Parts: sequence; structure tokens; C-alpha cells
Amino acid sequence: MKSTLKVSLGLAAGLAASTAMTGASQAEDLTLCWAAWDPANALVELSKDFTTQTGIGMKFEFVPWTNYADRFLNELNSKGKLCDLIIGDSQWIGGSAENGHYVKLNDFFDKEGIKMSDFVDATVVGYSQWPKNTPNYWSLPAFGDVVGWTYRKDWFSRPELQQEFKAKYGWDLDAPKTFAQLKEVAEFFQNREIDGKKVYGASIYTERGSEGVTMGVMDVLYSFGFKYENPDKPYEMEGYVNSDKSVAGLEFYKSLYDCCTPPGASNSYMGEGIDAFKSGQVAMHMNFAFTWPGLQKDEMVGGEKVGFFANPAGPDGEKLAQLGGQGISVVSYSDNQDAALQYIKWFANPEVQKKWWSLGGFSCLKAVVEDPTFPESQPYAKTFLDSMAIVKDFWAEPSYASLLQASQKRFHDYVVAGQGTAKEALDGLVKDWTEIFEDDGKI
Amino acid sequence: MQDMTSGKPVVTDTTSTILDRAAEAAARATPDTLAKKVRGLSDRMVAWIFIAPTIVLLLAINIFPLIWAIQLSFTNYRANRPNEEIKNVGLQNYSRILNDADTWMAMQATAHFVFWTILLQTLIGFSLAYLIDRKFRGHAFWTTIILVPMMLSPAVVGNFWRFLYEPQIGLFTYIVSFFTGIPTTDILMLSSVKLAPWAIIIVDTWMWTPYVMLICLAGLRSIPDYIYEAAEVDRASNWRQFWSITLPMALPFIMLAVLFRGIENFKMFDMVNLLTGGGPGSTTEVASITLKREAFEKWRTGFSSAFAIILFVAVFGLANIYVKVLNRVKSR
Repeated sequence: MKSTLKVSLGLAAGLAASTAMTGASQAEDLTLCWAAWDPANALVELSKDFTTQTGIGMKFEFVPWTNYADRFLNELNSKGKLCDLIIGDSQWIGGSAENGHYVKLNDFFDKEGIKMSDFVDATVVGYSQWPKNTPNYWSLPAFGDVVGWTYRKDWFSRPELQQEFKAKYGWDLDAPKTFAQLKEVAEFFQNREIDGKKVYGASIYTERGSEGVTMGVMDVLYSFGFKYENPDKPYEMEGYVNSDKSVAGLEFYKSLYDCCTPPGASNSYMGEGIDAFKSGQVAMHMNFAFTWPGLQKDEMVGGEKVGFFANPAGPDGEKLAQLGGQGISVVSYSDNQDAALQYIKWFANPEVQKKWWSLGGFSCLKAVVEDPTFPESQPYAKTFLDSMAIVKDFWAEPSYASLLQASQKRFHDYVVAGQGTAKEALDGLVKDWTEIFEDDGKI
Repeated sequence: MQDMTSGKPVVTDTTSTILDRAAEAAARATPDTLAKKVRGLSDRMVAWIFIAPTIVLLLAINIFPLIWAIQLSFTNYRANRPNEEIKNVGLQNYSRILNDADTWMAMQATAHFVFWTILLQTLIGFSLAYLIDRKFRGHAFWTTIILVPMMLSPAVVGNFWRFLYEPQIGLFTYIVSFFTGIPTTDILMLSSVKLAPWAIIIVDTWMWTPYVMLICLAGLRSIPDYIYEAAEVDRASNWRQFWSITLPMALPFIMLAVLFRGIENFKMFDMVNLLTGGGPGSTTEVASITLKREAFEKWRTGFSSAFAIILFVAVFGLANIYVKVLNRVKSR
């Protein structure tokens, strides 16, 4: 009887201890939420060092881009505790700051000696600050991204094509310097037979559901002179959003879609663009820089076959590009905020940032990107730097989702469905955006 | 074994004795308090106990959200702004929706989709049911084959039809091109404003015609053979038999199929979302896509609740009128 009692007590004690240990380890585990894409895999690899150094386990919740915003904004809005850390899209910053989803990081940065001046200025404004251009920080710039272009260097360097192109357009076939040149190159390749296969000019963003067509159109409109608002009078959009220059930019985007994209590319975004380029369908490909490491490594179109160029200039020589990328934030509903802040401190370390870049993550730390060896570190590194120097972002207001859906509709209706004129689309957009800001009490 | 005089089973007494004993034993084994409680319950109470879980579930997952949605529809509530004050806006959301051109465009797209899918599915479904009802050799096998599309998941159907519609590699476009001579790259089923609505109608018809066929087949099989035999005796032609017997007697079933498909297609979301996402432009943006965008992309919860209530009332009202007509047809 005594021995049975001893065994029972021993088992109970063991069970209690193991339960306590499990509880302790679970309390220490951090969950990081992000999109399911290549850089996320690099982050998993990178975070192993954090676990080794601190003993804090890392769990990851990655959601495909098409559901990324829906899933995580739902999570934040419902004050869910799933994510301790979140790498949220740049446009979420206003809403997440104003609605208390993110922990304000100013005090933490001061305490730990993390300086925002150590990060690329555009990424600090784009990913961390709310209100913009004020020293209120809600995240640490985590992944720099920008829309740029890739092209088939092997096709561009074929003597017979170069000769024909020069004869037709009067300049050497090369990565275009202006949007007018880009269209000429796209027209040149459209429906051309290369190696027995019909190819097309360019893959551009046309997706309707989430943010695709807006990202593509804005990427072009900025360089044509589009402005979101009167710089002297916030939220005054009449004459800026629908200026003559903006109209010309939107007309250009439609003409590019009509003349030079693969048939049926009416709902194309990041994934479809990668597919079109990888399958050898297109000569040029608009996409975010995160796609470049994968394309560079691709057996079919990578290596010497692929080239990269930053957004070309608009008619007046202005050169701007759509900002992508994200910052990493601590979720205010998390029970593990201290450990999450510890992760951010570790992630801001220059050595970690260097490794982040080497694994395929686009670091925003100046010490990494301004290193003299950086432009030569990867074939796309210089284009990335050039592109990050000219970025501009979409609205990051708390109502960004409504603003985005309005532009998605107006742009898709005009560019893809061919309904109305560019002027009507932009006038309609001014009307929609004004109504949204009126609802918000900002006008 | 029976009692030869009375003809009753001889086991009756024995059985009742055994049952009585078992009941007594059960009563003895039951604790007093419980026994009293059970004995104190009326039949009505027992019935309530049995249906209570269902009613609670119904209230929790249907009625409560409905009442909540009605309440939200009169507010400016946004689910993505939990800290913002919720204001009562009266009928503003309803008035905005009913005066919004985009809403009416979505309703128009929905009406176009519902009308054509129901028309095609009813015509093809009834024709197939009529053929299958002939009971030709192998009809059971063909019935199974025809039913396959409706057994597939809409997600699977949407995705593979997207491939079939591909201008460069799609089988559908290849077949159309083969017969018409139009280059495949000009057959933009999902990108063309004119073709995209029809692309969705084709897929929905392909998938759900078997369902209509099944209901129509049940209707045709329910017609007693003697009516046709009497018609034969009266030398009624096949055409006459069809118009005077088959169609009127199968009509309630056809109407039932139309009702089911009408309700389903009025709230169609998955197929449209997968095939076109509402595009190109807003050409195929049916009401449920608009509703989803308002609720979960723009986060206008109050506004989208009002829209959902309007859709609910529309479907509920139309379905009620339809059911009344259906009952009148059945009672004829």
C-alpha cells in the first residue's frame, strides 16, 4: 500500500512539474504574424538565433497575401491575442495607432538606445510614424519594399532584336529610362515570337480584389505628377488627384494594359506577375522588390537572363515609386509584451540586420544598405537602393481600407473594364475620398 | 405461437409480466427524488426539454445575430474602430444604400445572374430529367455521371474553370476556338466585360443543373402510370400527354427547384469571387460581393448590416410570395 502511495505521489508530482514547465515554456513562446511569402521563410531561419540567445521559442502565423489584411485586421479589431508581434502593412499604421492595436515604442526605443535615424528615412515615415512626419513610432522598419521592374536581359541583348528595335524607335534596346520608352519596349515585344513561343510586352498589376490595380496605377501616376492632396491644405484633393497630369498618367496605364499585357491578365497581382515572368511570357514585369531574389535564383529565367530597373521617369522627368514593405510592431493585446519587445531589440541589432539581408530579407538599416559593398552584394541591390530613394506611399489613414476600395473600383472600372474616361474615374475618386474623409470628420 | 381459441399471441401475458417487473425494478433502482421529479413532468415539459437545445442554438446562431444586425444597421459602427463612439444614424444607412448607383448596379448584376442561371438550369435540368425518366439502358449510370458536378466543392469548381477559361492554355477556349475559328487569345472569358457574366452563368449552370434535374426527376417519377395509361386509351398524343399530364403534375417540383436555386443564387458569392472577384471592373459584382467588400474590406459594419437586412427582406419577401404561388399550384 505504501509503495502504491509513493508511486502515485511521484506520478502526481511529475505530472504537476511537467504541467508547470509546459505552462512556463508556453508563456515564453512568442507568436509572430506576417504574410506567407519567401521573406517569411527567411525570418523563420533568422529567428532561430533569437531562440538560441534568449531561450524564447518562436511560433509563426503566416497568411497568404490575398487574405493577409482580412485575417489580421480581424484579429486586431477583435482584440485577439493570437499575435504577440505583427508585421503589418504600411497602410495599417494609422488605424492601428489610433485604435490602440499597436504598442507605442518611443519610450522603449529611448530606453534601449534604438534610433530611428539609423533606419532609411522613407521606411521610418512609411512604416513607423503616425501621424506621418511626427516623432511618434509604432513599429520598427522590418522589411523594405518598393515596386520596380525586372526584364529579360537575354532577349534585350539579342543582336537581331537590338537592330530591329533601333531601326524602329531610334534608340538602343535597353532598360527603359522613361515610361514612354517602357511602352515602346513593351509594344516591341508584344505578340513577338521568341524561340518559337509567342511572348508579350509587360506584366502589370490589374488585380481587383485587394490592392493590386491601385498599387500598379499609383506606381505610374506618381511619376506623372499625381498628388494626393494640396500640400498646404490637407484633404483638399480637387485639382490634385484629378489634375491633368494624373489624367495623363491614368490614360498611360490603360494604354499599357490595352496594348502590351498577356491576354486575360485582367486580375493580375504579385503571384500572377511572377508566373508570367517565370514562364517566359513577358519581356518586362512590374512587381515588388521582394520577388527579385527568387527570380534571380530561378533556373529558367534567373541568373544572367534577368535584369532589374527602378521605376522610369514620367513626362516631366519626375521619378517616384510605390512603397511596399512593413514594420514590426508589438500587439497591445499580447500577454507577452516584454518578450516581444526583447525580440524587437534583438532584431534592430546591426549584425542581425546584416544576416537578415543575406537571407533574403530587405533590411531598412542604414548601416546595411549604405555599406559600400551593398550595391554589389546582389545583382538587384543597386536597383533596390535606387528605388527606395524615390518611394511614395498610399494613404495610411485609419480609413485606408475604404480609400483603397474606392480606388480599386474606380481604377479597375476604367483600366480593365474600359468604362468611362480617365478624367471621370479620377473625378469619381475625388468624390469617394472626400465622402470618406467627411465621414471621418476630417473635412 | 398463438392461443387457438382467441387467436392472440400466448406470449402477451408473459411479456407484459416481464416488462412490469422490469419497470418495477427500474423504479426501485431510481433514487426517490429523481423519480418524483420525472413523475412530476408533463408531456409538454418533456417535449420542451428535448427541443430546448435546438431552440437555444437557433436563437444563438440565427435570431440573435439577426436582431444585432438590425440594431447595428441604424448606427455608424465600424468593426475596425472599436474605440470609436457608436452613433445612432437613424435610417441614413438605408437611404444611402437605396440611393446609391453602385448598389443598384450590383442588384442588376445579381438579377441578370439569377434570371439566366435559373432559366438555363430549369430548361436543361427538366430536359435531362425527362430523358432519364425514359429508363433507357444504363440510365442509372448516366444519372450518376450527370450528378458529379454538384458533388464537387465550389472552390474546386471555381479554380478549375479558371484554368479552363485561360485564353492561352484553357480547354474551353480551345474548343470554342476550334469550332468558331476565333483565336484563343481573343476569347477572354473572364476579362471581357461582355463575356465575364456569361462565364459565371455557364459554370453555375454546369454545376447546379444536376440538382434541378434530380428534383424534376422526383416529380416525374411521382406521376402515377395509370394516368398515362388512361391517356393512351383516350389516344392522347405524346405532345398532349406532356402538356396536360407531365408538365402540370411536375410543375410543383419544378417550382420548388426554382425556389431553391433562386435563393442560393441570390446570395451567390464563392463562385463569383473565385472566377472574377467581381470584375472586370464591377461587371460581375453581385450583391454578396458588394456586401463582403462593405463589411470586411471597407469595414462599414453599420452600413453593411443595413445592406444585409435589405437583401434578407428582399429574399424573404420574394420567397414568401413564391411559396404562396407554389401552394396554389399544388392545390390545383
